[in-house]
This record gives sequence, C-alpha cells and structure tokens, in this order.
Amino acid sequence: MAASSRAQVLRLYRALLRESQRFGGYNYRMYAIRRIRDAFRENKNIKDAEKIEELVNKAKANLEVIHRQV
Amino acid sequence: PQDPRVLDSMLPYLTAYYGNPHSRTHAYGWESEAAMEKARRQVADLIGADSREIIFTSGATESNNMAIKGVARFYKSRKKHIITTQTEHKCVLDSCRFLETEGFRVTYLPVKKSGLIDLKELEAAFQPDTSLVSVMTVNNEIGVKQPIRDIGEICRAHKVFFHTDAAQAIGKIPMDVNDMKIDLMSISGHKIYGPKGVGAIYVRRRPRVRLEPLQSGGGQERGLRSGTVPTPLAVGLGAACEVAQKEMEYDHKRISQLAERLVTKIMCEVPDVVMNGDREHRYPGCINLSFAYVEGESLLMALKDVALSSGSACTSASLEPSYVLRAIGTDEDLAHSSIRFGIGRFTTEEEVDYTVQKCIQHVKRLREMSPLWEMVQDGIDLKSIKWTQH
Repeated sequence: MAASSRAQVLRLYRALLRESQRFGGYNYRMYAIRRIRDAFRENKNIKDAEKIEELVNKAKANLEVIHRQV
Repeated sequence: PQDPRVLDSMLPYLTAYYGNPHSRTHAYGWESEAAMEKARRQVADLIGADSREIIFTSGATESNNMAIKGVARFYKSRKKHIITTQTEHKCVLDSCRFLETEGFRVTYLPVKKSGLIDLKELEAAFQPDTSLVSVMTVNNEIGVKQPIRDIGEICRAHKVFFHTDAAQAIGKIPMDVNDMKIDLMSISGHKIYGPKGVGAIYVRRRPRVRLEPLQSGGGQERGLRSGTVPTPLAVGLGAACEVAQKEMEYDHKRISQLAERLVTKIMCEVPDVVMNGDREHRYPGCINLSFAYVEGESLLMALKDVALSSGSACTSASLEPSYVLRAIGTDEDLAHSSIRFGIGRFTTEEEVDYTVQKCIQHVKRLREMSPLWEMVQDGIDLKSIKWTQH
C-alpha cells in the first residue's frame, strides 16, 4: 500500500474541513472544524509510517461519519 | 448535544439492525446482542470495571433508585441505616425519604461552605447497621468534586458499600472503580454527549454487591433490571463513553480555559459576584455564580437567548432557591441571585464572550434599578435594616 504522502494527508485535511462546513448546527460545525485543525496540528510531526497510516484511516472514517450527517 | 460520532454509531441500530438483543435464536438477535455487549465493554473500560458489572438502565435516576432502594431492601433484615449528603441529586434524596417511610434511618451529612463533606463527620456517622453510603462525585449545581478516593477508603474500612452518582463526572475526569473503591456507580447517557433515555449502573462483583431488583420481569441484565435493552441507545452510550475517554484530556483543557475566561471576565467587570462551591476541588465546566443585589430569575429572563439556569433542569420549575445552595450556607438573598453556567465540549469561545458581555450588561442594568444596590452604595449595611411587617 502506498505510503501516505504529504499531499494525501493535506487532501484529507481539506476534505474534512470542507465537509464540516456543511454542518447545519453551529455547535457541531465549530466543533468539527476546531477538532480537525487541532488534531492535525498535534500530529504534524509524527514520522512513524504505521502510526501515520493508522491516523489517516481514522481521518477517513471520520470523514465518512461527517458525510453521513451533513 | 449529542456527539455526531455517537449518532453515527447508533444509526445502523435504528434502521437495518433492528433485532432484539435478547432473542437467542436468529441472526437479528445475535448481531444486536453483539452490539450491546460491545457497548457494555466500552462503558466498563471507561471506569476500569469488568463488562459483567455493567447493567443498562433508562438513566441515572433509575440507576440511583436501583442502587439505594435495591441495596437497602436486600440487606434490610440486618442493616437499616444509610448515609448520604444534603447536596445529592433529587432522585437520591427522594429515594432516601421513601426508604424512611419503609422504616430505614437515613443520615443526611451536612457540607462545609465549600460544598465538600467533612470526612471526620462521615466517620462519626457510621453505625453498626449501616448498609450504604451514597455521595455524588461532581455536584450538578455547583460543580464541586468530592474526595471520592478518601470516602471509598473509609467505607472499605467500615465494610459498608459505597455508591456514587457519577453522572456529571464520567468521561470528564478519570474514574476508576478499583482505585477509588467504589461499589456502585450511576452513569447517565446524555451527560456525556450520548442519547437521552439511557444510563447504566456499575454493580461490583468482587466482593459481590447484592441488590433487590426494582423492575421484575424476564430476568434480563442479570435479573437486576428486566426489560428489553434499547439497543440503539445502549450502543450510543457505549460510543459516547469511548469518545469521552479519547477526548477527556483535550476537552478538560479547553473547558478549563473557557471557564477561567468566563469567570475572570465577569469578576473583573462586576463587583460583588460570589462563586458558589470550592474554587479548587471542582469540575471546571459547571460554574455557579451569585450576583448580589440582583434577582436571579430576572437575570435569567434578560439572558433568555442563552441557555442558562438557576439550579438544575430537574428543579427549574420550582421557584424555591436551590437546596444545594442552602446546604452550603449561602444567604437567602444570594441563593435567589445565583446562575449556573454550563460549559461543555461544544461550547465555543464566541458563545462564552457573548454570554459574558450580556451578563455584565444586564447585571449593571438590574443593579441600577435595585433599591438595595442604592442603599449599599450609600454605605448602609443591609443586615441592619428593619423591614416593616405589613
């Protein structure tokens, strides 16, 4: 499986933020945007490939969750 | 509000997977049962328990009723005494009052001005036939956090069961039933951003705590709580617990910052504001402030576009000042002017700033109109006034 490149992670980040903007509820929208930003910022220096893949999968799952609810 | 991740986990069980988890004979039942057991494990993990020790209920009120009435009635042949505090949730106090009519004796421990109980008074209250001690972890009106670990030690030493209503504490501060020597714990779904209408009770198995069940029926939930377990709600509760565990640190840090911001801003701008409850031993997300010389209800009406309360949801209908505030020794007039601010995972900085600004604005306006404020400004001591009787 191709290693998660910087470009892929950034694409995920943008997709997550874009999808979160579609939340109707103010509190959900603000929470989602804030949490996504903080989570990506917190993990920006991780180098371990396995950990990165795990985080990327989690992000993809969360994207699905948001998508189902907006 | 419910966390979107919780809703997501519940969706399949509200649509396609509609089986009854207690049906043993078909796949619909098996998959619902699997989901229910997974949820049970998630709840247990949050508090350091075994999943067999978790029973799903309809909420913390039912859990509290089960714990207090259940334990008391089971041991009633030999033990007839219960200890609790004056600041407990209404359902606990009401259950105790009900038990008193059944012939039990209850000691309602007073609290110090800070809202914390006095451990020495607790020690003194034990009697040879005490069966249960019930103290809530975090108070829902003033946010005060009781010394649960110490209370657990004392109860263990006296061989008395320790129940705690942890509805406001679970998922917000770390709880461990073994570390804190807790024998029974009430959990509420909607306090941790899960669905309303579900909760759980933790009942220790080693040493075994016996309960007389409140609800008779088909023997579900180890015979302690009969009735079909609401799979989607239970799944939601489990997911809420798992999310809470992951987000605990992040949420706590953020909520503490927002709470600090709210209190500091208000106290800087407006004099004569009292925070009810201990400053240190508290959960930051529940703040109760008393604004002297201002009527609480008028302030609430003025701030009607913010979701606030004077007291808690379960007592908001009554006009009496809160019994919790009276128990911590607040003066009548300050008790009437108290407002509870709740800050949670989804509260934004903007909302806090808006609330602060509106609050300051209206407190100043109401004080301008208040004759008491005028008198205080002129240096009159309000306690020395003799009000005429009509």
